[in-house]
Amino acid sequence: MKTTRRTLIAALGALLLKPLAAFAAWNEQAFGAKTAADALKTLGASSPAASKDIVIEAPQIAENGAVVPIEVSSNIPGTSSIAVLIEKNPFPLAGRFEFKDGALPYVKLNVKMGETSDVRVIATAGGKHFAASREIKVTIGGCGG
Amino acid sequence: MRRREFLQILGAAGVAGASLRPNLSAAQARAELYDVKPFGNVTLLHITDTHAQLLPVYFREPFGLENYNLKSGTPLAYAHTHADFVALAKRYGKVGGFAHLATLVKRLRASRPHALLLDGGDSWQGSATALWTKGADMMGAQERLGVDYMTAHWEFTYGMARVKETKLPLLAQNVRTTDFEDPVFDAYALRELSGVPVAIIGQAFPYTPIANPRYFVPEWTFGIQEARLQVTIDEARGKGAKAVVLLSHNGSHVDLKLASRVRGLDAILGGHTHDAFPRPVRVGSTLVTNAGSNGKFLGVLDMDVGTSGVKELRYRLLPVFSNLLEADAGMAAYITEARRPFQAKLGERLALTEGLLYRRGSFNGTFDELIIRALLKEKQAEIAFSPGFRWGTTLLPGEPITLEHLMDQTAITYPNTTLNELSGAQIKAILEDVADNVFHADPYLQQGGDMVRVGGMSYRLEPKAKIGHRISALEIAGKPLHSTKRYKVAGWAPVAEGITGEPIWDVVARYLRATGTVPPLKAQQPRLAGTNPSPNMS
Repeated sequence: MKTTRRTLIAALGALLLKPLAAFAAWNEQAFGAKTAADALKTLGASSPAASKDIVIEAPQIAENGAVVPIEVSSNIPGTSSIAVLIEKNPFPLAGRFEFKDGALPYVKLNVKMGETSDVRVIATAGGKHFAASREIKVTIGGCGG
Repeated sequence: MRRREFLQILGAAGVAGASLRPNLSAAQARAELYDVKPFGNVTLLHITDTHAQLLPVYFREPFGLENYNLKSGTPLAYAHTHADFVALAKRYGKVGGFAHLATLVKRLRASRPHALLLDGGDSWQGSATALWTKGADMMGAQERLGVDYMTAHWEFTYGMARVKETKLPLLAQNVRTTDFEDPVFDAYALRELSGVPVAIIGQAFPYTPIANPRYFVPEWTFGIQEARLQVTIDEARGKGAKAVVLLSHNGSHVDLKLASRVRGLDAILGGHTHDAFPRPVRVGSTLVTNAGSNGKFLGVLDMDVGTSGVKELRYRLLPVFSNLLEADAGMAAYITEARRPFQAKLGERLALTEGLLYRRGSFNGTFDELIIRALLKEKQAEIAFSPGFRWGTTLLPGEPITLEHLMDQTAITYPNTTLNELSGAQIKAILEDVADNVFHADPYLQQGGDMVRVGGMSYRLEPKAKIGHRISALEIAGKPLHSTKRYKVAGWAPVAEGITGEPIWDVVARYLRATGTVPPLKAQQPRLAGTNPSPNMS
């Protein structure tokens, strides 16, 4: 569908441009953290409030653990950044995205997952942190029907 | 809703035609079963999971009488349950067969000229001839039967190109390209029936690239796609559809959950798990049906649809008794012709069975037991695994086992056998993984097969536990499996690419030829702990 493709390209564009702009702010400690708790602590988001206004679109079961598509959007007014963490990955923080005022807080990314894990999304708005999570299952497969 | 709950609903509702007595004459039974009074202005006829069975078969269901509140000895008890199976199979004969199905379809179309015929998928796989012709024999049969629309699952195991070759409109709202998420098939069809616009939405098997090898469909992505389904329903309604029906290959549990989460579906005509709902289940304003397997049933959904939508629905699931329905001459001739090049090969007699051989069951079936024994012996393995497929026909005691029968249980495009050295810990992890895909508390995480069949070792299974805790007490020859020790494990149907082991049918055929006579087999099962989610299945 054309709108989907355009949205995706826009998101990809955002992905390409943003890290360049944000290069100076690269948080090595957060991305190098080996647990989700440590990564969140480094980001200053240790105890985010649960929110239903963060929407995570992802497969229930990954078709391919090497490329798991995750789509995140935040309906929290003033969302300025979104962080995506894969709890059981060796380096849980998979990405952090910053949004200029008025930009649509929407991002789509592919992540690699070795095993079933919760995916945690942290949205930051007005200096406050909000969280939502959902499980994505990784299975060896086979034996169907 | 869990299986037990909806089965109770079914039981309480009773069954249409349950008055069929055990000693009806053929003419009486034919009239009671098949003289379905027309109703309304829109009719959808539904077949699903025929698994390429062109000829009539025996098919033993996993349920008992108590599941459906059926009287013992009746034709419907024979169609829906395994009670007195062998005796009733002899009394009522084989079921299904496309020539008999064609007669029934024609009979219903005569009284309902507006009817559409929908095929829920798994039509091109399950027989030798379908495998050897890459589904061509079945495409011909679908065309002659007059299938208007289909959706798919095992069809995808012939590869993306083959699926795209079919002339039949294949509907699937949940299949997209992996790169730009472009639709691969039409999501739905909008048809005017008796002047009323009706939308049929297709839902392919959501877990095709997981339950079957992904390398057959590398450029396509699946999933349940609930949000997209809602958009599709709304779009169809926006374009004027007065009735919207989902032709689904989700499996019954997924269908029931899905019905509770989307708005605007009048009915879900479901398949995949091979459940034959004698009565439909109402979830909110959606009627959910599942129409069995192997050509054994034809679903008839009659609807009275007006300008403001569906006013009333009536549903009947008709068992196809081949002794009660004459073979359609045109279809019979087509089938004979389609089989002719393979007839001699198919008829090869490999062995004789003294016991009943069937596949369906949550944990094992006797034909799988046979496959397991063949794998253990021929591969000189300590342990053998066989997938919990739900297709595969039934043989009565005293029947010869032909190559065709063996292919009915094994005809897939990835038939290779494997022999691996696996540690006790790996074996437990595999069993946990499969059990989670079968018994997960969330229907959306169930893939719809049965538990993998296991030979050479025993274990304890607690279906309602969480992953990592369902499997315990793994033993080989009465001694605990060591987590670090390695065992020789045979299997077949690998989902990984590039595996070249001897096809399973060659392994089992060799075993059968050497065995000659197969004694009655006991289907070995794990020891069950806790509550079995489907207590009456066996």
